[in-house]
Amino acid sequence: MSIENVSRRNFLGGVFSAGALVLAARILPEEALADTNEYHGKAASAALRPSIYLGVEPDGTVYIVTHRSEMGTGIRTTLPLVAADELDADWSKVKIEQGIGDKRYGDQNTDGSKSIRGFFVAFREAGASARTMLVQAAAAQWGVSASECKAQLHVVTHTPSGRKLSYGELAQAAGKLPVPKPEALQFKPKSEWRYIGKESQIADLADICTGKAVFGMDVKRPGMLYASVERPPVMGGSVQSMDDKAALQVRGVKQTASIDPFKPPYTFQPLGGVAVIADSTWAAFQGRKKLKIEWNNGANASHDSEQYKKELLETARKPGKVVRNIGDVDAAFAKGGKIVDAEYYVPLLAHATMEPPVALAEFRDGKVEAWVPTQNPQAVQDTVAGALGIKPEDVTCHVTLLGGGFGRKSKPDYVAEAAILSKKTGKPIKLVWSREDDLRFDYYHAVAGMYHKAAMDDKGKTTAWLHRSVFPSISSMNDASSMYGFNVEYGMGLNDMPFDIPNHRAENGPAKAHVRIGWLRSVANIYHVFSGLSFADELAHAAGRDPLEYQLELIGNGRIIDFKSQGVADYWNYGESYEKFPFDTARLRKVLEIAGEKSGWGKRKPGNGWGIGVAASRSFTSYVASVVEVEVDKNGKIHIPRTWQVADVGMVINPDRVRSQFEGAAVMGASIALSGEISLSDGRVKQSNFNTYPVARMNQAPLRTDVHIVESSALPGGVGEPGVPPFVPAFANAVFAATGKRVRNTYTTFLLVGNSPEKFGLIPRNIVVWHHTVIIGLPLRDGCAAD
Amino acid sequence: MIKVKINGRERTFDGDPEMPLLWFLRDELDMTGTKFGCGAGLCGACTVHRNGEAIRSCTTAMKDVAGKTITTVEGLSANGDHPLQKAWMQANVPQCGYCQTGQIMHAAAFLKKNHHPTDDEIDAAMSGNICRCGTYQRIRAAIKTAAKEMA
Repeated sequence: MSIENVSRRNFLGGVFSAGALVLAARILPEEALADTNEYHGKAASAALRPSIYLGVEPDGTVYIVTHRSEMGTGIRTTLPLVAADELDADWSKVKIEQGIGDKRYGDQNTDGSKSIRGFFVAFREAGASARTMLVQAAAAQWGVSASECKAQLHVVTHTPSGRKLSYGELAQAAGKLPVPKPEALQFKPKSEWRYIGKESQIADLADICTGKAVFGMDVKRPGMLYASVERPPVMGGSVQSMDDKAALQVRGVKQTASIDPFKPPYTFQPLGGVAVIADSTWAAFQGRKKLKIEWNNGANASHDSEQYKKELLETARKPGKVVRNIGDVDAAFAKGGKIVDAEYYVPLLAHATMEPPVALAEFRDGKVEAWVPTQNPQAVQDTVAGALGIKPEDVTCHVTLLGGGFGRKSKPDYVAEAAILSKKTGKPIKLVWSREDDLRFDYYHAVAGMYHKAAMDDKGKTTAWLHRSVFPSISSMNDASSMYGFNVEYGMGLNDMPFDIPNHRAENGPAKAHVRIGWLRSVANIYHVFSGLSFADELAHAAGRDPLEYQLELIGNGRIIDFKSQGVADYWNYGESYEKFPFDTARLRKVLEIAGEKSGWGKRKPGNGWGIGVAASRSFTSYVASVVEVEVDKNGKIHIPRTWQVADVGMVINPDRVRSQFEGAAVMGASIALSGEISLSDGRVKQSNFNTYPVARMNQAPLRTDVHIVESSALPGGVGEPGVPPFVPAFANAVFAATGKRVRNTYTTFLLVGNSPEKFGLIPRNIVVWHHTVIIGLPLRDGCAAD
Repeated sequence: MIKVKINGRERTFDGDPEMPLLWFLRDELDMTGTKFGCGAGLCGACTVHRNGEAIRSCTTAMKDVAGKTITTVEGLSANGDHPLQKAWMQANVPQCGYCQTGQIMHAAAFLKKNHHPTDDEIDAAMSGNICRCGTYQRIRAAIKTAAKEMA
């Protein structure tokens, strides 16, 4: 199954035929359909257009708009599959168009694992509306009742007589009919689904494998120049003085230009600095090395990660803001019994998308046209407009394929940089971040310190659990004085721990941000679920119980958790209605139980360098259990031979892309657990490239990940992120089972296991060594291993 | 003036001889299938072949390809039908896809030397190529599929 990739043509804007049918989703007012411009692709002007997302042309071509960004989840294919199924379209006649940034498409911020959750209904309705109108048009032409006609695979058939008309033949007549009201639509029964739940391939597959796919890094415009920016090394710093004489001598360098520092709070504004503009990326990079800049470093100049870590962990030892309360933990602790406590730490993490941030912007006649690998084209419009003092509607944002996103590319600071430079130079500017820029100037996943304390009765049952979490909040993005988290961060594993404990309190302590804080695949779940599910494992061992059995006991009976009665006034629930997406512990139990069966849990006794660990969590309204098997050799080197990811994500549209997301989440989990740390001294990030910020490579990632998708008819939940949170504690619990050493700081796994980083095999130097020894013929330049 | 044969075609370059091949391919020849990932030979996204050997074009200066034969992903096969490309599609390897051309190019050079690779040999050979989406297990499977077809 394949469809033509029209992405490149769409970058240039579509040219529409006079007589096609295009359908708009119900979330939009009718007038949205009428107002189109040259950038809205072929769907916008099709003969039949029942939704802003769909159009049918007289030649039978069905254009489906994906307004969400493709960064590897397959969404560019999966949402169109939903509409195509309901339309009963022939997939070979479907062409996918990438939507530009436009509020009329509804929310376009492709994060929060919510594209299917948020738009399944809209795309289904788009397909059903088109099908209904095509059937009505056929019935009218034949003078028969619509109930005697059936739409199937691009053809409407009058069942009694066998007469047939193709969708293309009907498009113009159907386009003149009123769009049916959503409540009047009849959806196909599950038994007739053609694409939903079936195996499909992504639309861009062949282009990716042949190098033809167009990412943001690959876009070019006539007369374009390249830019690279030297940014203040300390967050909040600014240029004190600058000498660009030597930079301007570099062959290919055209000019330099300054970018103002942000006005706090930092939001999506550029960090500021000095740009070198040149006729090639290389010349811009070289020119930048020759800049001489004195910086004002500002308030964060003395920030030090080691010191900050101590502060976070000390704060976690003190009472904080209560965000959930059941019973009375203090009274339970006062009673005595067995008390267990532990602190955990997760460092700052960088997104490190394979394609670093990059943007092409062209300022002309007071308007900007931009080509961007962005998760959030509407934020591009707003941010660029804000930076240049123009209106958001005067910013056209074309969305390219993204070479990874993970949350980084929701923040369009890099597009504002390109637009500012285009305005200053009068040329289209391609602004390229180096890998060093990417790691040093990220919106980092928050560093966090957690403290857990529990009381246990004489039967080993946990009777009280205190969970404190301290982290610089994402809210620092919009509030420079922010000291506390907010319900989005609390609702990711802090105020929604699923355990049925009679006395439970969750608290959040204060912390100030010294770097830009953002969201990274699964966000606060990373540190909350790591610490919470590691501690659950610690409790199981303290009670002398099997960890899987104990986790099930902690969860308790299947029930819908009533957060309101537990002091959680504003449970986030991933932005979803609690009635539609309740926290159902029966579904959590089920994924755990299946994970136990699939992994053969309990069949082999851990120890002597072999271990197995388990953890489960609900995130983004999906339920996932991870089982991780580890082998630790006598040198302390960790190998992950096998993992199991069991997921109940509700209804599944594209099973292969669901499996691939969970396979990938295991690898990202391995990166977090094995090797990731961003740290600062003197306010400056110490890491700079993949030698100092190692991520899991093929020989470190799990050798095999088995994904089991639980059959479910529940509403579709998130898929992109939920596989990450449980993997990390499952890994840490496996390391404990294998070695008796507890991982409480994701970055120091190797210290706990091997006692010596040199023995661990994952330290940066070793990665460099591979390149010399394993990969024959690879020239390594002087200096590239220097960090 | 540097002369280099790229995908069968003679090309000339008269810029900074220290400029890495990557930027000649991308910025001057518009061959964007070869990707920029790290600029330091650490991720493999920029992998091409020099006289049949996998090299990192981001750290290979133009002066070091003078008189050499370079193959990029655009020249790997006539119709996108190299056994590795077919195996990649069959296994639905790519997620975001950005690193995949580099993965395929590295694997292609590797399979020329090793027709029957084991898991460990594949892991060792491919450990210089990072995939942040985490498609490694499918890459390994696709390499084995292609190896069978090529054997």
